[in-house]
Amino acid sequence: MKNIFNNLFSKKNRSRTISFLMVIVAYILIEVIMNTVGMSRLFKSLLVPVCCYIILGLSLNLVVGISGELSLGHAGFMAIGAFTAVCVSGFCAQSIPNDILRLALSVLCGSIVSGIFGFIISVPVLKLSGDYLAIVTLAFGQIIKSLINNVYLGFDSRGMQFSFVTNELKLEGGKMLLSGPMGATDTAKISNFTSGFVLILFTLYVIYSLINSKYGRAIMAARDNRIAAESIGVDISKTKTLAFVISSVLAGMAGALYALNYSTLQPAKFDFNTSILILVYVVFGGLGNINGTIIATTVLYILPELLRSLQDYRMLMYAIVLIVVMQITNSATLKQTLEKTTKRFFKKGEAQ
Amino acid sequence: MTFLTYLISGLALGSVYAIIALGYTMVYGIAKMLNFAHGDIIMAGGYVAFYAFSRFGLPGGLCIILSILFSTILGVVIERLAYKPLRQASSLSVLITAIGVSYFLENAAQLMFGSDTKIFPTILTDGSLKLFDGQLTISYLTIITIVTCIVIMAGLTSFINKTKIGKAMRACAEDKGAAQLMGININTTISITFAIGSGLAAIAAILLCSTYPSLSPTLGSMPGIKAFTAAVFGGIGSIPGALLGGLLLGIIENLTKAYISTQLSDAIVFTVLIVVLLIKPTGLLGKKENVKV
Repeated sequence: MKNIFNNLFSKKNRSRTISFLMVIVAYILIEVIMNTVGMSRLFKSLLVPVCCYIILGLSLNLVVGISGELSLGHAGFMAIGAFTAVCVSGFCAQSIPNDILRLALSVLCGSIVSGIFGFIISVPVLKLSGDYLAIVTLAFGQIIKSLINNVYLGFDSRGMQFSFVTNELKLEGGKMLLSGPMGATDTAKISNFTSGFVLILFTLYVIYSLINSKYGRAIMAARDNRIAAESIGVDISKTKTLAFVISSVLAGMAGALYALNYSTLQPAKFDFNTSILILVYVVFGGLGNINGTIIATTVLYILPELLRSLQDYRMLMYAIVLIVVMQITNSATLKQTLEKTTKRFFKKGEAQ
Repeated sequence: MTFLTYLISGLALGSVYAIIALGYTMVYGIAKMLNFAHGDIIMAGGYVAFYAFSRFGLPGGLCIILSILFSTILGVVIERLAYKPLRQASSLSVLITAIGVSYFLENAAQLMFGSDTKIFPTILTDGSLKLFDGQLTISYLTIITIVTCIVIMAGLTSFINKTKIGKAMRACAEDKGAAQLMGININTTISITFAIGSGLAAIAAILLCSTYPSLSPTLGSMPGIKAFTAAVFGGIGSIPGALLGGLLLGIIENLTKAYISTQLSDAIVFTVLIVVLLIKPTGLLGKKENVKV
């Protein structure tokens, strides 16, 4: 028993154990509160989106923190996952009546399609570096948004029907799945908090397995020193592609979960600002820091809701929080005082 | 003739992008940061001109000068307060700060001016020039925009190449440490860069708002992204690159809108960008940096 404990909290596994414990404890706590004291409607409505953004933050951390490439188009993958899932869920509404099964299938399809796009875009992306890479991901996000904005997809007794740019569909009965800038309407809300929780656990499992594997070490080596890693035989483009594709699969998964939590969803939701929002979570939590991402996402997603009493000033406060935190965490004088206090603390410890 | 009309209006739109892109590219060249708040300085410049003209009834020329002055001061103040303490910080921290500043400006504008769209008055002229027996109509605004862009480019190029401050800017862009050893004040140089970039943003704001006369707190975000794209398109850090990138972007956007599809113009513009970067990974006029081991 002690052995297992020691192993779980060994230097290598500590972060992983803490992540899983944190998520599980939070889930149990929220479930208990929901079933005993009750929770306001506002907070209940935040649960699934928070789960989605945690997964998105984690997946972006894989690219930005662990692989070291700035991506500004993460919302694009989210959008692909989201609208694929909406279509699958809408199409299978009759054939698979079971909600959980349909959710699982939609999420699976969403992540696979997003992964395929991730692979396609990784070809041009990984030829570039630095800010040029960032701009290509930004461009990709914009392209996805404007393409989905023009897709009209529906099905009726004659089967699937598709139209691009202008809506020329004449459905006989049947149902519109995507209607251009209006996006998806009348989606059955089949996501729930438990599914979000399960998907977060899955994401954590994937990410930690990757980090602690041969490939993960190669990805981090390529990040820290590209040339040195290359010289010892690490295939840079292969490792970077791996990180990018896994990240896009996870983002698609989160997007699918997100989409099935709302009855209507417009492509405009997945714009540049959403990509930036996820990036803010990752940078706030600390690059490459998994637990930091989870906490930062939760706090920063709920913060604007908590600031609701400030009404119009809440986004202003949010902006000020962003700027001030960045100033504080990068302030040299603050770092010095922090170092001094820790030194004093350790010296005391040694004396005893 | 219709093709020529589209081409000229594309050239005008491209000129606006180029003027904004200059701000991005200069700041990037010297401070090595992506200043995402640049788009919101455009918005601020637009509002100042709007209020000076419509509410206080000042003459047009004075409004433009006021708008440029305000944006310049705003740019320098932002640089001093938000970016200067982060000189040594990682580029991502600076990026997030810039995003914070952008949110701040957008929301402050929303609180002060309301989120409703305002109609921008005709500060510049609204007449037009008729050529070839009225077959080709070019508005004076289009001509003003293109001429302004050319004048700014010529002025800026000679400023950077001929003056002492310009020399200091080039030195800072090359190597900050060495520049400091030569007695160049880096902080002042960066402030001047921000001042010039922000002043240009105000000029772009007036040209943009005169062409598309609607003013809202999020006015700057889309032109900001487009201009940033233009800067990368031409090779970020390069001033002729910003001009070339801006003009090409504007022309491509206008021609796709005219001949292919309005809704798909964004997708096509960004696809062209990706293709160009694939062929020339540092943009059209960007310098390739060789990494020494």
